[in-house]
Amino acid sequence: MATVLFYILGFTMLAATLLCITRRNPVHAVIYLVAGLFALALMFYLLGAPLVAAWQVIVYAGAIMVLFLFIIMMLGLAPQDVPEGPSWQRWGPLALLSSSIMICTLLLIFKDPMAGQQIDDFYLAPQVLGEALFSRYALAVEIVSFQLLFATIGAYMLGRPLPKGEDQ
Amino acid sequence: MNDLLISLVLILVKLGLILGVVLTMAAYLVLAERKILGRMQMRYGPNRIGPGGMMQPLCDVIKLITKEDFVPERADKWLFLFAPGLTALTALLSFAVVPFAPPITLFGRQIPMVVCDLNIGLLYIFGLSSLAVYGVVLGGWASNSKYSLIGAMRGLAQMLSYELALGLALVPVVMSAKSFSLNAIVMAQADWPNMLRHPLAFTIFMVSIAAESKRTPFDMPEAENEIVAGYHTEYSGMRFGLFFVGEYINLVVIGAITTVFFLGGWHGPFLPPVIWFIVKVLFVAFLFIWARGSMPRPRYDQLMHFGWKVLIPLALLNVVVSGAISLALRS
Repeated sequence: MATVLFYILGFTMLAATLLCITRRNPVHAVIYLVAGLFALALMFYLLGAPLVAAWQVIVYAGAIMVLFLFIIMMLGLAPQDVPEGPSWQRWGPLALLSSSIMICTLLLIFKDPMAGQQIDDFYLAPQVLGEALFSRYALAVEIVSFQLLFATIGAYMLGRPLPKGEDQ
Repeated sequence: MNDLLISLVLILVKLGLILGVVLTMAAYLVLAERKILGRMQMRYGPNRIGPGGMMQPLCDVIKLITKEDFVPERADKWLFLFAPGLTALTALLSFAVVPFAPPITLFGRQIPMVVCDLNIGLLYIFGLSSLAVYGVVLGGWASNSKYSLIGAMRGLAQMLSYELALGLALVPVVMSAKSFSLNAIVMAQADWPNMLRHPLAFTIFMVSIAAESKRTPFDMPEAENEIVAGYHTEYSGMRFGLFFVGEYINLVVIGAITTVFFLGGWHGPFLPPVIWFIVKVLFVAFLFIWARGSMPRPRYDQLMHFGWKVLIPLALLNVVVSGAISLALRS
């Protein structure tokens, strides 16, 4: 049962991501990405980590993607006037790079196809995750949160009102 | 096999019951709101159809269904059709984790009075409320109208900002229940409701949930004297109806989660638990209708400043203080 669900979710995720990167319309791309993130959240649930699944939905689908939408709407893109995509000279190198990464990943999978089966059945309770985050991995959590703080300060510096008389 | 079948039937019965009760409550809340607002404005409100206007919701539904379902020419058709359903759906799904009575024993089987007691129930509700933004945003963007777009952007920024304060206000509740499960949160309030234990968190919660659900006085996304009807300007017929019903289902949801998180759930003396639960839900709904009848709408920038500069710092402070108190009480 879990295997069947895994394959359905995996297929959904891949299809949604593929559709996301091929859409011209940025809002449609965001919607497909959200669908992909949902499949990913369910995958976490399937692996026995409901808390991670919930955060996946709340943080990625509920906050970050919504901010993406906000930016798209700030740019004032109406449903009908979607710009032309970049030409192949622009995205060619990028496609080459990402396909080489893809090939490496596939090679790794074929080299050791049983690696995925070493995960035992387990269930991650919210309390266990919280304790691990704030005792064993406390330093990492703090470093990451400092990164977010720097980003916040940076955004504030960029957006602060200029002193009077000073130009751009 | 037999056991599985019984569980399946039980879940279906509970789902049907909840769907029926919630939709009926939502329909009659529309009537109640119109009647209460009418009384507050020294008039009668709808009173023509049925005894005391009781059949008014039925007529509203017939009117909405028989109206033309119109899609503007330059709209993004599929997203335009999809958005209202999303609004109503996210509101309805929240009920899956709300416990409305203590477990009962029937024929030697213990039956919990909740569809699914998730151990991350609070986060589930929170996730659904953050997805509710999409209904507003997609509906507003896909309409391809400036009023809809402005309404959608207002709704987006407002819901995103007040979600933070909402989440922070719920941290003390989780601290005192030591669980995300809604059942555990209700159980932890057997002697004292959280409203008395965390009064500041309760205040912040009530303000931010009003903003989160776009109810007056925080209905800037659809402020009718500035931007026609905001994000649902271009909608007609039953698709407008879905937005409209979604708002009232949301009112029932707000009542239910306020009851669970702060008013002690189904706990209460004398009356049976289910009755207590419904009474509390309706009381919270009445508070929101009352607020609509008596409070003016602030300016949009005032709303955002209040959220970011007052509510969120206050909620953070509240988390620190109640965390310190519960640590001190433990040792």
